[in-house]
Amino acid sequence: MSVQILMPALSPTMTEGKLAKWLVKEGDKVQTGKVIAEIETDKATMEMEAVDEGIMGKILVAEGTEGVAVNVPIAVLLEEGESAANIKDAPAAAPVQKAEAAPAQEAKAPAQAAPPPPAAAAPQGSIPTGPTKMMTVREALRDAMAEEMRADDRVFLMGEEVAEYQGAYKVSQGLLQEFGARRVIDTPITEHGFAGLAVGAAFGNLKPIVEFMTFNFAMQAMDHLINSAAKTLYMSGGQMGSPMVFRGPNGAAARVGAQHSQDFASWYAHVPGLKVLSPWSAEDAKGLLKAAIRDPNPVIFLENEILYGQSFPVPEGELVIPIGQAKIERPGKDITLTAYSIMVGKALKAAEKLAEEGIDAEVINLRSIRPLDIDTIVASVKKTNRLVNCEEGWVTCGIGSEIAALVMEQAFDYLDAPVGRVCAKDVPLPYAANLEHMALPQVEDIVAAAKTAMYR
Amino acid sequence: MAIKKPAPKGATEKPTAEMLMSFYREMLLIRRFEERAGQLYGMGLIGGFCHLYIGQEAVVVGLQSCCKPGDSIITSYRDHGHMLACGMDPKGVMAELTGRKDGYSKGKGGSMHMFSREKGFYGGHGIVAAQVPIGAGLAFAHKYKGDGGLAMAYMGDGAFNQGQVYESFNMASLWSLPVLFIVENNKYGMGTSVERSTAGGDLAARGVPYKMKTMVVDGMDVMAVREAGLEAVEYIRAGNGPVLMEAKTYRYRGHSMSDPAKYRTKEELEKMRAEHDPIDGLRAKLIAMKAGDEESFKALDKEIKDIVIAAAEFSQTSPEPDASELWTDVLVA
Repeated sequence: MSVQILMPALSPTMTEGKLAKWLVKEGDKVQTGKVIAEIETDKATMEMEAVDEGIMGKILVAEGTEGVAVNVPIAVLLEEGESAANIKDAPAAAPVQKAEAAPAQEAKAPAQAAPPPPAAAAPQGSIPTGPTKMMTVREALRDAMAEEMRADDRVFLMGEEVAEYQGAYKVSQGLLQEFGARRVIDTPITEHGFAGLAVGAAFGNLKPIVEFMTFNFAMQAMDHLINSAAKTLYMSGGQMGSPMVFRGPNGAAARVGAQHSQDFASWYAHVPGLKVLSPWSAEDAKGLLKAAIRDPNPVIFLENEILYGQSFPVPEGELVIPIGQAKIERPGKDITLTAYSIMVGKALKAAEKLAEEGIDAEVINLRSIRPLDIDTIVASVKKTNRLVNCEEGWVTCGIGSEIAALVMEQAFDYLDAPVGRVCAKDVPLPYAANLEHMALPQVEDIVAAAKTAMYR
Repeated sequence: MAIKKPAPKGATEKPTAEMLMSFYREMLLIRRFEERAGQLYGMGLIGGFCHLYIGQEAVVVGLQSCCKPGDSIITSYRDHGHMLACGMDPKGVMAELTGRKDGYSKGKGGSMHMFSREKGFYGGHGIVAAQVPIGAGLAFAHKYKGDGGLAMAYMGDGAFNQGQVYESFNMASLWSLPVLFIVENNKYGMGTSVERSTAGGDLAARGVPYKMKTMVVDGMDVMAVREAGLEAVEYIRAGNGPVLMEAKTYRYRGHSMSDPAKYRTKEELEKMRAEHDPIDGLRAKLIAMKAGDEESFKALDKEIKDIVIAAAEFSQTSPEPDASELWTDVLVA
């Protein structure tokens, strides 16, 4: 049976080209892999190899012809014993013909413009209502890891100084002693490498917790967080994902300068395939970290160094806070203040000051940045009609920008004032104490923004 | 249509005619598959980037013959040959290349992003060298679980100057991970030769400072690759830590479909094809051994051609993914 040889596309963008030269003539024997012609594409001259074998029966497009459309027959290959006489004088003057669109290329019904509502798997959690115990955020994080490691042998911790040093910020204190060097692993200073290695371990059915000494250093590992951890589930058609947690301190500490003081929440929140959590209290820290470890997806867990030593009451018993649920830390009726991480504490202080001036602020601790609990925010705005978001990141494309857009979309008619954004000043964080204080969002900034929204 | 592999018996085994024939068959399948993929690309049925493995077949066929079920395999974006050598179905691979629903990733991954947990194939990675630490991580998981498995982490010479390669060597050696790092040195990272990119020029030597066992093998000779592979795998399974193997090979085609490969001479390519082709070489050996005659090779050619044509047809008749697939597999619910 004769086989048509078609003008090939030899680059992702080629639609037509020049048949520069035939390297075989009619009657020649052609073997698979033999270079039969030279084709000039929009980029270069390429060699064309035969895919089938046979005898060159007829050349349909002469060499030197320009503008030959992709997929037009340029020659006919015969089987041994077949005669060229059978070949119909096919479209010899093919050049101007339009290539037929490959069947699959035709536009199908457009895909949905917006995602369906998130698969509403009821968030699983358990928040005991009984007695509480005071503990630091540091202890809460350690307890969360220890409890999950006791429950599941696949969970392990790796990072710089997590084992023998007991954690650069002492978060992993005692874990090496309890779980041994197999499960609490000191890495070399090699963020890109160990983040990638941990992704591989997750592909291999383990559940790594990767500690970054701070998230500033995770920029070295960004490719694995995004390209390897976040995207593989999708790229594999759901076959394999990355059940793992990347955790560590995020945002400004104290006087450590620009390279060690950045809030990365909005960077990670941008990426489908990731979950992003940011605890404030010890209760958040314990309950959210346990949820993150159990979650079958890659979770970015943004802690805060300044909060590590602060104590909060934590419910006793099994505490797992559902991902994607914000917490109203202080109910109020006049204005909504949304915040995450260290800014929750500042928002609560601002609310006290506002109360002195007769303004009753509701403070929402976001807890989960992606997915964001927009329902709780919108319900609050419908009550207060005013909103100020408080974050330590920069203003441009920040979490506040996202919340403002969502509230505009979902509660436009309920807003009595523009949404306020309290953020870090748009500069790298300075070292000098006075400048650093000015650059970071303070309680007074929140009070001022709230009063602006109240037209007071 | 997976290919049955002879079970590895150890470094000292003598190759049987049957084993050689199975290698021949497997290499031929990869070559014919890639040629057909090139054709489908030319027809606009495969889009984007498409990196063919033609010329390098002996490397993956020789090495994968040393693996056991449960081992993990990972490579870069030049991955079609690796998938076939792992026993993945040519139909599913080709349907992924054409972006169809029956592709290994439901059409959502494409040429560079394909996986099969069932066959222990962990991709298919589009970022040069990203697969190397991930491969070390797969090895970490084998060691952690104590399941006796190992990881084969393939990379090209173009990946070999990425920092994360050495970060991986360091950890793999430090922690004695069961991983075989294979650098498929086909002489060019896209258009830049090893001479122009790699100080010192000796790839395998870069394993020495990490106290890894290093090996260099003729990647155009499938039996040489298998022998070296068996030695490496035995060493790794005995708990001695990682091995770095450099397989000297050659890709006949450009870096991707749109590369005219002007950075090398025609003579260089022709000489490789004429004197070192892994498939022709083995065929000559098999004929000399009287393991097959013209007739049986012809029958085999036809069998392979039929498999590849069936894959190509399947890849065009399988429908495009349903629009609802746009939103699936972003997160595990």
